[in-house]
Amino acid sequence: MSRRVVITGVGPVTAFGIGIDPLWEAMLAGRSAIKRIEIFDPSGFPCKIAGELNSDLLNIRKIVPKSHRKAIKVMCRDIELAVAAASAAVDDAGLITKATDAEAEPTYAVERMGCHIGAGLIAADVDELSAALYYSATGEDKTDLDLTHWGESGMENLTPLWLLKYLPNMLSCHVTIIHDCQGPTNTITCAEASGGLSICESMRVIQRGASDACLSGAIESKLNPMAFLRQHFAGRLAETSDGDDPTKVVRPFAPDAIGTAIGEGGGIVILEELESAQKRNASVYAEIAGFAATQSQCPDATGLCGDEDGQGISDAIDLALERANLKAKDIDAIAPFGCGIKAVDQSEAAAIRRVFGERAANVPLITTIPNVGNTNAGAFGVTIAVAAKAIGEQKLPARINTTGAEGIDANEAPAGDAQLNNVVATCTGQGGQNVAIVLRKI
Amino acid sequence: MIDNNNNPRIVVTGMGWITPLGHDLQTVWEKLASGTSGVAPIERFDARTFPTKFAAQVRDYDFTKYLKDPSVHEHAAANTQFALGAARQAWDQAGLDNHHDLDLRRVGLYLGAGEGALNFASYSKTDLSGWDAANDKTDSVKWAKAAFEYMDKHEEIGQESNMPISHIAREFGIRGPAFNCLTACAASTQAIGEAVDMLRRGDVDVMISGGTHTMIHVLGVTGFNRLTALSTRSGEPKKASRPFDRTRDGFVMGEGGGIVVLESLDHAIARGAKPIAEIIGYGSTADAFRITDMHPQGRGPAAAISQALEQAGIDPFAVDDSGRPPIQYISAHGTGTQENDSIETKAIKSVFGDNAKKIPVSSIKSMMGHLIAAAGVVELITCILAIKHQTLPPTINLNDPDPDLDLDYVPNKSRPAKLDVCLSNSFGFGGQNDTLIVKRID
Repeated sequence: MSRRVVITGVGPVTAFGIGIDPLWEAMLAGRSAIKRIEIFDPSGFPCKIAGELNSDLLNIRKIVPKSHRKAIKVMCRDIELAVAAASAAVDDAGLITKATDAEAEPTYAVERMGCHIGAGLIAADVDELSAALYYSATGEDKTDLDLTHWGESGMENLTPLWLLKYLPNMLSCHVTIIHDCQGPTNTITCAEASGGLSICESMRVIQRGASDACLSGAIESKLNPMAFLRQHFAGRLAETSDGDDPTKVVRPFAPDAIGTAIGEGGGIVILEELESAQKRNASVYAEIAGFAATQSQCPDATGLCGDEDGQGISDAIDLALERANLKAKDIDAIAPFGCGIKAVDQSEAAAIRRVFGERAANVPLITTIPNVGNTNAGAFGVTIAVAAKAIGEQKLPARINTTGAEGIDANEAPAGDAQLNNVVATCTGQGGQNVAIVLRKI
Repeated sequence: MIDNNNNPRIVVTGMGWITPLGHDLQTVWEKLASGTSGVAPIERFDARTFPTKFAAQVRDYDFTKYLKDPSVHEHAAANTQFALGAARQAWDQAGLDNHHDLDLRRVGLYLGAGEGALNFASYSKTDLSGWDAANDKTDSVKWAKAAFEYMDKHEEIGQESNMPISHIAREFGIRGPAFNCLTACAASTQAIGEAVDMLRRGDVDVMISGGTHTMIHVLGVTGFNRLTALSTRSGEPKKASRPFDRTRDGFVMGEGGGIVVLESLDHAIARGAKPIAEIIGYGSTADAFRITDMHPQGRGPAAAISQALEQAGIDPFAVDDSGRPPIQYISAHGTGTQENDSIETKAIKSVFGDNAKKIPVSSIKSMMGHLIAAAGVVELITCILAIKHQTLPPTINLNDPDPDLDLDYVPNKSRPAKLDVCLSNSFGFGGQNDTLIVKRID
């Protein structure tokens, strides 16, 4: 029998703020944080809205311990959000780490703590890079780059550690330093599937005995012109006009879905081996009862739109159920990706219908993207936090924005009490990687 | 067949690579064994004024000849192109097309692939067009207008580091679990280690693993030059990469991709495939020390090596009847930076004690440059070829030994050796340390 693993802490970071409380409160009330982008003027883009985390909700200096504070200057946005998520998760689980108390004995020996934080393709800050490039600008309107000058001296206008801000493994690098995790650490970069695949990896690491606890999840912010542009190029974003109500734009599984909106953040959860968690009387959200990953065969090689028949997704769910020793009939709720991109929604809906058959219309979905936006690599980090919280509270959050969905239980509905013993969370990423995780109440 | 930990034995049945020294196993091995450098002036862009003007580029490579239908992969970025060619070689060597019962849902992918190469021309044009010099910030409306004009949709989408696995999955019809990790220079070693774990668990029958990367583009070279991590010995490019030499002044960039096919020994035998080598140990740790520096005693690397040895059931202090140590060759991370080579030497000595001086250690980065995310896989393949040819590949350009580095670095000339078990190290910027141990199989 392999080692059993439970979630003992959740640390989502979303436009509602840091940690589960502001997110859960908003999910119960059915609020959306999606609004017109403020950090830059989005008028030049077809999509003008996002789930943006306002600066008053994140004070990074307060979160980072003094010993690491100098490193804040080499933290890009994604790193800051990951550091915030990790601290929220550690606090929620009641773990003692170097960050919570540098003098005390940590809950887990540092060599036994792993860290798996998925990340996206981090775009360099446009202002920072442009300011440096401008020193080497040439041409009448100064829009051409003189490469000779750049090589000679222009590049010196970039801070020496510039590259280190944008490597995806820097999320876990900072987090492992702050909390002193010296066990296996990895950075999965599979777009929206990253968080779920990171949890799969933490599970394997704990089960093979290489660690006893892991920080696990994923974080991303594509809220900068470059990453935002790439999402437009990928055809994923809803086109919006100034008169639209931004909170109503993302409508997963709706016949009139028009695309998604990005959000900032994601989530990190604390996974602990069951006996160790019990020994310290940790409060447990849920057990990870099964997990599986698959690859879709997509019409195009970049896997932008998922497979039409949802086979890859349903394979993942089937496998995760099988490994959890459960049948589809045992599942009380589904937390899908639910991003509001029509082709992706169709793929997910087809998978849900295939797995759940006649019951598909009666298994409630838990959707989060209408509320916080698609946090891209971070997406599953939000999903898993909300699904775990729902099990802990025995409540389904409200669903918003969608009407007219048929064959699956995706239409808007208020929050309410529910008996949730088993919940499956799933995600399909840009690129065709899929993941499914079964959570069981314990 | 099981190993000493009661796990199924995992073997390599196919290998392929696209490297600066050539595009097939035999050619590249001959160059490694003859101590040939692949380093030359950078041709990818005009680097004549850059602090570093040279690199080891992949040359004359046409990826379309490896594909069933090249039009499917029309927009593949350079890193994806390397991976597709390497994957085809490995797939064919493993004879997977001849295996008609192969269940593609039980074939998985785990790469440590880097992001795509950024198109600096369109990027800098866009940034400068959007730069509002008067206000010292980007005008995001002007930026967006320029971006939609100058940037290429496919190039930008192709930047995501999961694109190589998406393309490989599509080319070979793979439907099993698909992961990409990006832990800088440790990525492909870590990918292979985790792929082995997935096989040991029985989650999959076959894993396609390895990595691919190029950072030989303007911002890649800029970033590493700003970090002062690269050699700047521009007068003599072929002599610039000199790991373990007293005068080493940084690493030299390489590029390329490598793929291995992994499966259990039982599975290989059952389908009539010829095992090439066995993976017997894997260790993975985090430094959790500093953003920019390795731990001065090599704490993380030593722990990764020790973990891998423990998993392989190898006592580092043992010797056989002829006085031979249990590891007969270490393929070093050996980047040629002052810090890495000195700390890696310390770590090897701390783990192997008196045996350290009996174990030849070399760095093929002296010839091939540093393939960053793909470095680990090409070095593992090199270990396997070294066993096959019973020959130690050299560290070239080692003419002025560093008095503080006192191991046997196989200076300048390859030499015959009785090789059964080899170890390969990879350490990433950001503190991920990974080690694999590979064993001869007859």
